[in-house]
Amino acid sequence: MKKQNITGSEALIHCLLAEGVDLIYGYPGGAIMPFYDELYKFQDKLQHVLTRHEQGATHAAQGYARVSGKVGVCVATSGPGATNLVTGIADAMIDSTPMVCITGQVPSHLLGSDAFQETDIIGISTPVTKWNYQISDVSEIPAIMAKAFYIARSGRPGPVLIDITKDAQFASFDFDYTPCKGVRSYKPVPTISMDAIEEAAAIISSANKPLIVWGQGVILGKAEAEFKTFVEKSNIPAAWTILGVSAIATNHPQNVGMVGMHGNYGPNKLTNECDVLIAIGMRFDDRVTGSLSTYAKQAKVIHLEIDPAEINKNVFADVAVLGDVKEVLPLLSERVAAKPYKEWYEAFKNHDEIEFEKVIKGDLHPTKQGLTMGEVLKEINRASNNDAVIVSDVGQHQMIACRYAQFSNSKSNITSGGLGTMGFALPAAIGAKMGAPEREVVAIIGDGGFQMTIQELGTIFQTQAAVKVVVLNNDFLGMVRQWQQLFFDKRYASTEMVNPDFVKIAEGYFIDAKRVTKREDLASTVNEMIASDKPYFLEVCVEKEDNVFPMIPSGASVSEIRLS
Amino acid sequence: MEKKYTISIYTENSVGLLNRVSAIFQRRHINIISITSSASEIEHVSRFVIVVSLTEEAVKKVVGQIEKQIEVIKAFYHTDEETIFQESALYKVASKSLFEERHIQNIIKNSHANIVTVNTEFFVIEKTGFRHETEQLYNDLAPYGLLQFVRSGRISVTKSPMNIKSLLTELNDKN
Repeated sequence: MKKQNITGSEALIHCLLAEGVDLIYGYPGGAIMPFYDELYKFQDKLQHVLTRHEQGATHAAQGYARVSGKVGVCVATSGPGATNLVTGIADAMIDSTPMVCITGQVPSHLLGSDAFQETDIIGISTPVTKWNYQISDVSEIPAIMAKAFYIARSGRPGPVLIDITKDAQFASFDFDYTPCKGVRSYKPVPTISMDAIEEAAAIISSANKPLIVWGQGVILGKAEAEFKTFVEKSNIPAAWTILGVSAIATNHPQNVGMVGMHGNYGPNKLTNECDVLIAIGMRFDDRVTGSLSTYAKQAKVIHLEIDPAEINKNVFADVAVLGDVKEVLPLLSERVAAKPYKEWYEAFKNHDEIEFEKVIKGDLHPTKQGLTMGEVLKEINRASNNDAVIVSDVGQHQMIACRYAQFSNSKSNITSGGLGTMGFALPAAIGAKMGAPEREVVAIIGDGGFQMTIQELGTIFQTQAAVKVVVLNNDFLGMVRQWQQLFFDKRYASTEMVNPDFVKIAEGYFIDAKRVTKREDLASTVNEMIASDKPYFLEVCVEKEDNVFPMIPSGASVSEIRLS
Repeated sequence: MEKKYTISIYTENSVGLLNRVSAIFQRRHINIISITSSASEIEHVSRFVIVVSLTEEAVKKVVGQIEKQIEVIKAFYHTDEETIFQESALYKVASKSLFEERHIQNIIKNSHANIVTVNTEFFVIEKTGFRHETEQLYNDLAPYGLLQFVRSGRISVTKSPMNIKSLLTELNDKN
């Protein structure tokens, strides 16, 4: 695409349009004003959503990216605008979310002069970006923007930040856009080793108690179908990380549940009994493995990964199968045959029964008076036919949401996994609804996290994004309180919340809002919420001091998982 | 067991990459013993030489993280035995001591150091070699008064080839 004598700002817009972007999130300010001025002229082609804080713009872009598989884009001004993006960028980095952030910068002649709203955002964002670059020469815009999108979405995706000085936005040049097809020093996808494939297939074929643990790599690699084939062809039990969960339907008979700190009893315990552990697109986070010195030591580990730096980072891989999971899995599927693994499945079933009795029954079918977070999830599953996009924040409600939400389609569990960013869910749900407008999007948020980005109710009101916001209110920072109860002798230091009237706040933003305090009102109110085609706010006052179990105490082995 | 490793990194020549590379060490609380950045044998390609003391497992992981950076072409790690390495040092000494202390002349001669410049105020000696050699000269000169002393980071080449040229040809053909 060519344009004669256009400004840097207009060039930026043409770059975004050329990359297929039609929606961006952001917040204007001095150093990015030339861009916003140009945006005004392109409103029909490029929608801009004004969030109420730049952090909200990043999380909205993340939510959009995670449900759509496209690159999320957000824009901010220099200085505080740019630094407010940092949390979202760090979140996108650790959760491998493709995102391009554009920040304005003071004019190039003022760089380094401590000018008004000048901050070294390149320096600040370096450790949390896949790549970043400062443009001070207008002629660099097309090539750098093309490179930014290419890097953000290729290989293991991640956030890219492009900082553009104000003079480069004003300056004019002849524009010529060519999409980036490669960067010579960057190899996004490693070459597949057929030896590794053969070796992995041989180990899988000789296994008696194999276990698959899959992660978000399956979703990022758009390999859901190939993964399902591999799982079914091999008949191996498959457990998931919270970012991977929706890659196959939750009710799939081979789904044996969630691994990690608050995961299911069976897959955690049996990680230390399997003879072959097949890790697919996951990175052995400490919340998944617990103590590494006692993690799956008896098992041969096969690690399917796109990022070579993940191999042997936390868990030693007997066989590393590098490559694009979408290409690797069919090669493995061809080489494996199903075995019944009857006793092995039986072991999962036995653990499931124990967990049901000790934990799940009380969570989902409580007999006590107070409402549980689990029963709220159960009602949401029912009312949405197990097919909502669940966007969760961070804490107890997040673990409950991940444990109990039922998914029928991929890209449906949107949560802040690696970084654990409180305040993520409300803006991310806005982005998710815009990235998948045909789907039901339900945000599950605690009373603590809700107040970290509560101002985004304003974005919901302004855009009328039909997000269903559920606040599970226990008047505590529940997860921290749980740890204080279990490991700090119930010294509830700064975890009790004195909360405002959330319903009134939502109503202040003209959002339909209800509060449920009694079990008999829960199902009907959830029905009303799901039936609504408008934004809806639901506060559920739940039991104040409930705990999330099972739980692997921090630093303990997966075998030491507690049921109470 | 911790050991001295020399990390060699071939990179594109771009602003901010040093920051990106050093952040990898900082984040893991690894002290960099020395760092040198310079041109390499290939036009527009820079070469970093970083010396650290780490276990082999740790240095492998660090090199993996370095290679992951977009503008890093390739990174390697080597032991001292696998490399030829040197450091350079400059010693600034007051000229009068050269004439008053005849012993200094012997020190310079025996150390195979070069005199870079001499004027009425001061003279500058340069010594390139192993750390113990530049240290020896430092210790020998110190009693006579050093006006200034500075030593470079390690520069090193590997005994085995690193084949960056052919790798780049391959990469250039692909893109």
